[in-house]
Amino acid sequence: MTDESSFLLGRLGWDALPFWDMIQNPTRESIINGIIASGAAGMVVLGALAAAALITWYGKWKVLWCDWLTSVDHKKIGIMFIVIALLMLLRAVIEAAFMRAQQAFGLGGGFLSPEHYGQLFTTHGTIMIFFMAMPFLTGLINFVMPLQIGARDLSFPVLNSVSFGLTAAGAALMMISLVLAPFSTGGWTGYPPFTELQANPGPGVDYWIWGVTLSTLSSTFSGINFAVTIYKKRAPGMTLMRMPLFCWTALCTSILMIFGMPPLTVATGLLALDRYLDFHMFTADLGGNMMNYINLFWAFGHPEVYILILPAFGVFSEVFSTFSGKRLYGYTALVIATMAIAVLSFTVWLHHFFTMGQSAHINAVFGIATMLIGIPTGVKIFDWMLTMYRGRVRLTVPMVYAVGFLILFSIGGLSGIILATPSIDYQIHNSLFLVAHFHNMLIPGLLFGMLAGYTYWFSKAFGFQLDARWGYRAAWSWIVGFMLAFFPLYALGLLGMPRRTVAFFDPVYLPWTIAAGLGALIILYAIVCLMAQLWVSIKRRDALATPGGDPWDGRSLEWDTPSPVPEYNFPVLPQVNSHDAFYRQKCDGAPHESPARYEPITIPKNTAMGVIIGVSGTAVGFGLTWHMWWLALAFSAVALVAMIARGFARNTTWTLDAEAIERQQRAWAHQLEQFEPITRQWEQSEANRGVPVPPNEGAIQ
Amino acid sequence: MNSPPSLYRRAAFRWLLSLVAVSAFTLLSGCDRLPGFLNPGGPIAHAQREHLGFVILMVMIVVLPVLVLTPWLVWRYRYSGQASYRPRWSFSKLIDVLIWGVPVIVVGVLSVVLWQKTIALDPYKPIESDKTPLEVQVIGFDWKWLFIYPDQGVATLGRLILPTDRPVSFTLTSATVMQTFFIPALGSQIDVMNRMVTRLHLIAEREGDFMGRNIQYNGEGFYKQQFTTQTVSQNRFDTYIDQIRTQGHTLDQGAYALLKAQNTWKDVANALSDDPPPPAPMVAFSQVPDGLFHAIARHQPVDWAGLAESSDAASNTSERAIQERNTQ
Repeated sequence: MTDESSFLLGRLGWDALPFWDMIQNPTRESIINGIIASGAAGMVVLGALAAAALITWYGKWKVLWCDWLTSVDHKKIGIMFIVIALLMLLRAVIEAAFMRAQQAFGLGGGFLSPEHYGQLFTTHGTIMIFFMAMPFLTGLINFVMPLQIGARDLSFPVLNSVSFGLTAAGAALMMISLVLAPFSTGGWTGYPPFTELQANPGPGVDYWIWGVTLSTLSSTFSGINFAVTIYKKRAPGMTLMRMPLFCWTALCTSILMIFGMPPLTVATGLLALDRYLDFHMFTADLGGNMMNYINLFWAFGHPEVYILILPAFGVFSEVFSTFSGKRLYGYTALVIATMAIAVLSFTVWLHHFFTMGQSAHINAVFGIATMLIGIPTGVKIFDWMLTMYRGRVRLTVPMVYAVGFLILFSIGGLSGIILATPSIDYQIHNSLFLVAHFHNMLIPGLLFGMLAGYTYWFSKAFGFQLDARWGYRAAWSWIVGFMLAFFPLYALGLLGMPRRTVAFFDPVYLPWTIAAGLGALIILYAIVCLMAQLWVSIKRRDALATPGGDPWDGRSLEWDTPSPVPEYNFPVLPQVNSHDAFYRQKCDGAPHESPARYEPITIPKNTAMGVIIGVSGTAVGFGLTWHMWWLALAFSAVALVAMIARGFARNTTWTLDAEAIERQQRAWAHQLEQFEPITRQWEQSEANRGVPVPPNEGAIQ
Repeated sequence: MNSPPSLYRRAAFRWLLSLVAVSAFTLLSGCDRLPGFLNPGGPIAHAQREHLGFVILMVMIVVLPVLVLTPWLVWRYRYSGQASYRPRWSFSKLIDVLIWGVPVIVVGVLSVVLWQKTIALDPYKPIESDKTPLEVQVIGFDWKWLFIYPDQGVATLGRLILPTDRPVSFTLTSATVMQTFFIPALGSQIDVMNRMVTRLHLIAEREGDFMGRNIQYNGEGFYKQQFTTQTVSQNRFDTYIDQIRTQGHTLDQGAYALLKAQNTWKDVANALSDDPPPPAPMVAFSQVPDGLFHAIARHQPVDWAGLAESSDAASNTSERAIQERNTQ
C-alpha cells in the first residue's frame, strides 16, 4: 500500500492491522504482542457481528431504532449511556489486567513490548475517564435527576440525544483503534511536545485527540442540559434546599462540566492545529510553549476530578440515608461542602505539576489550597457516618459499596494530603504512589458510587431487582481486589518506581508487583460477577420483579412511580412540601395519591439527530485520523445540513391523552393492592414486590 | 495507687510512637539496599522522609476515627440489633463544630509546616555550605542523560559521579521532549524541558551508589533511562575526573549524532566501542564543545570548531553568565 498518497484511504495501509507486524517481522516479541492485539481486535469485530446477528435473529432492529436510538426520553438515553460505560469498563479492566500481568513478570522484561504497553496505559486512562466514568455518571444523572426533582424530561431532550451521540462516537473511535491500530502512547494527559508531530507523527495521537474532543463536547452539552433542568424544571414546591442531595451533586457537577470541559476542548483543538496545520502552540520551537497546554489541560483536569466524584457522593448520600432508614445527617452542611468543593476545585490545578520549576511560594499556596479541599470532604465522610448513627443499618449490596467507600476513600484522602505537600510531592510525583492515590479515589469513590447507584436504581429502570448474591460477590471482590491491587503500588511509589514503566530492573519491586497482579485477578473476578449478576437477574426477572416501584422504602420522588417508569414519569407533577418528599407522603399514609382529573401530556417526538451526529462524529474523527479528507469533509457537511434542517422542524411533539394516562395509573393502583407490603427484612428476597410496609406501621423496626 | 491520667496518656502516646517507629524500622531494617528516599543518602531526602511521617501522623487524627468507627457503626446499628433508633435525628451543633473544627485545625497545622518546608526544601534554593558547590549541567536526550562538569571540562553518560558533603548545583535542560530528572535517595525531582532551563540543588552525605532516572514517560526507551549516581570522597572524585580527562572520548560531531539518536547510554557506549576509565561502566568525554548546554537549551548552533583548543576557563565564565541570566 502506498502511504500518504492514497486519496481514498489516506495513510491507512495494511500495517494498521494488528497482526501485520507479526507477519512481516516474526520475532518472539512481535508474535506475542501481535496475538494479544489481534485477539482484542477479533473480540471487537466478533462482538459487533454477534450483536448484529442477535438483533437480526430476534427481529429487534425496529425496536432498537424506534425505542432506543432515536428516543429522546431521558431515562432511555441515561440507560444507553450506562450501557456504553459498562462495555468500556469491561475493555479497560482487561487492559489493566494485562498491564498488571506485565509488571508482575516485568523484572528485566516481561512479555509486552514498550510500544504496546504505552498504548495500553493510554487507552486505559482515556477510556476509564472519558468513556467509562463520564458516561456512567452522565447516564445516572440523566436517569435519576429529573425523577428526583419531579420533572418529565430534561430541558433540551434533543440536545441530550446529541450528547449521547457524541459520546458514542468517541467510544466507537476507541474501539475502531483496536482494529486499525495504533493508538497514542502519550498517556491520557497527552503532554506535548511528546504528542507533537516531531516526536509522534503517526495516527495514534490523532485518534486520541478526536476521541477526547468528541467526549468533551458531549459533556459540555450535558452539563448545560442538566444545570438548566435543575434551575427551571423542578416540581412545584421543590425549592433548591429541598432537593435530594444527589440533585445537588448533579448541579455542582454540571457547573463544573460547563466551565471545566471547554479548556480541554480548546487544548486538544490547539494541539490538532499544531499537528494538521503546522501551528506552533505547544512545540518547543517557533514560539510555542508546552506549559500552556499543561495549564489548559489541568484547568480541565482538576475540576474533572470533582465532576467524577461529586455524583458518587450524591449516590452515597441517598444510599446511606435509605439503608439506615433515617434522615441524612447535616443536609445543609453537605450542600455547603459540595459547593465549597466545586468552587475550590478551580483553584488547585497547579498541584499536578509542582515539579516544573515554579517558585516555592506558588507551590506552597497551591499545596495549601489543595489541603483545604480535604476539609469539606472530611466533613462529608463524618456526615455519612452520622447518618448511620442511631439508624437501622441494612447491609444491602449498595450499602457494602458505600461502607467500603467510607473506609478506603479516607485512606485515599490521606495519600492525597501527602501528595498535596510539595516537598514530599517532589519525591513521589510521577511514581506509582500517584497511580495508587488516584485509583484509590476513583475506584472506591467514583466506581463504587456508580455501581451502588446501578444496583440501587436498576429496578426503577427495568422493573426487577438485581440478584443480591452475585451482587455481594462482586462488591466484596471489588473491595478486596482493589486493596490487593493498589496498596502495593503505594509501597512501590515510595521505593521510587515510576508510573508508565513497562519493566524494571530492581528485584526489590518484584513481590509488590506480583501482589498487585493477584489483585487485578480478583478485580477481573468482580467483573465476571457483575456479568453473572446481570445474566442471572434477567433470567429470574419475573421472580425479582418490583412493579410496586418502591423496593427500598425510598425517600425521594423517583420511588413514587411504577417500575419501569412510564415515559411521562408523573401523571401529574407532584406537589412538594419538604425534604424526602415521598417518605413524607408515606408517613402521612397517603402515597401515590391520584389526582381529581388527569390532563393530556405533551411529549417530545423521536428524532434521528443523535444518530446522525454520532455517525458523523465517528466518520469525521476517523477521516481526520487517517487523513481521508473526503470522508471528514463529507460527514462534516452531513452534520451541518442535519443541524440546519432540524431548525426547520416544526412538528416536534405529540400528546398523550388523559384517558390513556388514567387507564395506566388505575391499572398500577389496582396492581399495588394485590401485593403484600413487606418489612425491610425481606427487601432483597423475592417477596419484595416494591411495596413497603408504611413507616408508621413498623417498616423498619 | 492510681497514676494521674496524664501519665497514662503520655504512656499511650509513647507506645503509639514506638509502634510507628518499630513498624517503620521493620520496613527499613535489613533494607540498606532499599531504593528511594526511605533510605536517604542526603539531608534533603532525610527531611522529606521526616515530613512524610509528620503528615501521616497528623492526618491520622482525622482518618483513624473513620477507620475504627465505621465498622463499629455498621455493627452497633445493624438492622437486627436493639440499639436506639432515631429516624428523624439529623443535626447536632456540637458534633458539627467538632467535625468541621478538627479538620480545620489539622489542615491549619499542616499548612504552616507545608509553607516552611516547601520554602526550605525548594530545589532552586542553593544549599548552605562552606564548600563551593559543584556545577553540573544535565541534558536529557531520548533515553539517556548527559552530565557536563563545566568547571572540569569533562562529561559523562550513564554515571553521575559526585563528591560527598559538597553541594551540587544542577542546571538542566532537555534536547528532546519533556522528561524529569530524579535521584530519589538524594532528594527532589525536577522537570526538564527543551528551550527552558530548570535548577536543582542536592547534597550527598554518604558514599554509595544511588539509582537515578527519568520519571516522566518519553517513549519506548523510557524504562531504560536510568543511571548510577556514585558518591565518593573529594579526593576520589578528583582522581576520577583526571582519569576521564586523560582517557575519555572527545564529544565531537560523531559522538553528538549518537546522543541525538533514540537509544540508551549503553548503545552509545557500544557504538563508541569504548574502553572507559574507572569507575566503569559509563561513557566518559574528556572534551566538550564550548557552551554545548547553552546551544541545546537555546536552539543555537554548537561551536564544534573550538573543540581542539578549548580552554576550560573561557567556557566556564560564559556558562556561568548564562546560568545566572537563566535563574533571574
